[in-house]
Amino acid sequence: MSVLATQVGALAQRSVTRTVRQPASAIPPLVFPVALLLVNSGGLKASTLLPGFPTDSFLAFALAVPFIQGALFSTMNAGTDLARDIQTGFFSRLSLTPMRGSALLAGQLAGIVVLGVLQAVFYIAVGLLLGVRFASGPGGIALLLVYAALVSLGFGALGSFLALRTGSGESIQGLFPVLFVFLFISSMNTPRNLIAVDWFRTLATLNPVSYLIECVRGLIITGWDTEALALGFGIGAILAVVSLAAASWALGQRMERT
Amino acid sequence: MRVWSVASGVAWRTVKNVVTTPSLLLPTLMFPLFFFTAFAGGLSQVQNVPGFDFPDGYTAFQFVFVLLQSAAFGGVFTGFGVARDFEGGFARRLLLASPNRTGIVLGYALAAMIRWGITATLLTTVALVFGMRVGGGPVDVLGLYTLALLVNVCGFMWAAGIAMRLRTIQAGPLMQMPVFLLLFISPVYVPLTLLTGWMHAAARLNPVSYLLEAGRSLISGGPTHVALAFGLALLLGVVFTTWALRGLRAAEAAG
Repeated sequence: MSVLATQVGALAQRSVTRTVRQPASAIPPLVFPVALLLVNSGGLKASTLLPGFPTDSFLAFALAVPFIQGALFSTMNAGTDLARDIQTGFFSRLSLTPMRGSALLAGQLAGIVVLGVLQAVFYIAVGLLLGVRFASGPGGIALLLVYAALVSLGFGALGSFLALRTGSGESIQGLFPVLFVFLFISSMNTPRNLIAVDWFRTLATLNPVSYLIECVRGLIITGWDTEALALGFGIGAILAVVSLAAASWALGQRMERT
Repeated sequence: MRVWSVASGVAWRTVKNVVTTPSLLLPTLMFPLFFFTAFAGGLSQVQNVPGFDFPDGYTAFQFVFVLLQSAAFGGVFTGFGVARDFEGGFARRLLLASPNRTGIVLGYALAAMIRWGITATLLTTVALVFGMRVGGGPVDVLGLYTLALLVNVCGFMWAAGIAMRLRTIQAGPLMQMPVFLLLFISPVYVPLTLLTGWMHAAARLNPVSYLLEAGRSLISGGPTHVALAFGLALLLGVVFTTWALRGLRAAEAAG
């Protein structure tokens, strides 16, 4: 195995282990989105009576949301962990070793992607247990896991960029409400064509999170919706590429300062 | 008088802390606005569901929920401050210095009310700017805000009881999660009659449902179940105040 792969593997294992060992980091991304899913699907079941609503199961409609909500938690986890490494001096000590900077970032993100996929498996299992039938079948479920990896990579890289720029866990935590705005002002609870308030529909249409949700929703309730898949994967890929480039740049700057 | 001097001192310090610390003030102000915007804006089509008969529109329907939610969480967030004060050692010095320790709980409760007052003012202003219709008269509106104030006291006393027993900010989820669940297992998005299945059964057993329905009836000017709602709120207030004062005794016993 190459030196880089060994370094990445070691740091990825560290990333996963420390998340799993901290219940405060590991449990909320699993429990909170599912709790919100259950209360929303119970409370908003009547929405399925609206003319034009795409399914008669609000649970199936809303199951897409935990995937993206879980990915937002990835941003917080990745950012907070990296910021802690900077604050505690681990990052500085690491920079004195032969460890490559890119290995640090790749290891951290590999850990986040593994956790993101595990979260997705959990949400899929919850959906299946509660009676949701995936319109796209087993192939769609497999694609959903690939998508979860891509989105976790994108949001994880975004969290890493923010951590490398600010070097403060508190600043990362302070961004949580901002990320939540993107989630709430989206098509998370209503299809965009059924949003009656014009300004809200416009914001939801401009909000990339709407398309990330609709990609998952398409696989669950529609089947193989090519447009939704192209938009979701396209936005996920752009997010990943831009965030990775930004995080690599910020890493270079941080290494110079260190 | 000794109770008041302690209470006013604690309230002043707590409010000043919140108002001068953006990381404490902004979430209190922003979260209710997020919820209000997302629910009243994104879900307004729900008012077209067959059987939805609230007369003043979906904005007013959701405003009442967000007002009560902000009241409950205004209390819970102040409970976080109590836990932080215990963790940092300040509360221990406060216990030693206070001639009447009940005044400490009263002071924090007053701060929770003032803190919520700031949020409620902003939320009401935003709702009116966005065209919320209010069918109720001044007495109905006063009733709604009084009900919300009682919810604020309940939220604080619940959280303070936990904070003074566990004396660590790590108890935050324990203060927050039950309140969150009680609030959301209620007729948040549609009236109780339109809920079905387990949600309907759970909401019928949940006292928050009756506070919410009474609050909505007040804003629309057709009060129903108001006496029941105030009775429940007062009862919960007494129970949680007892819980908080016993928590204070537990903190005293722990030294």
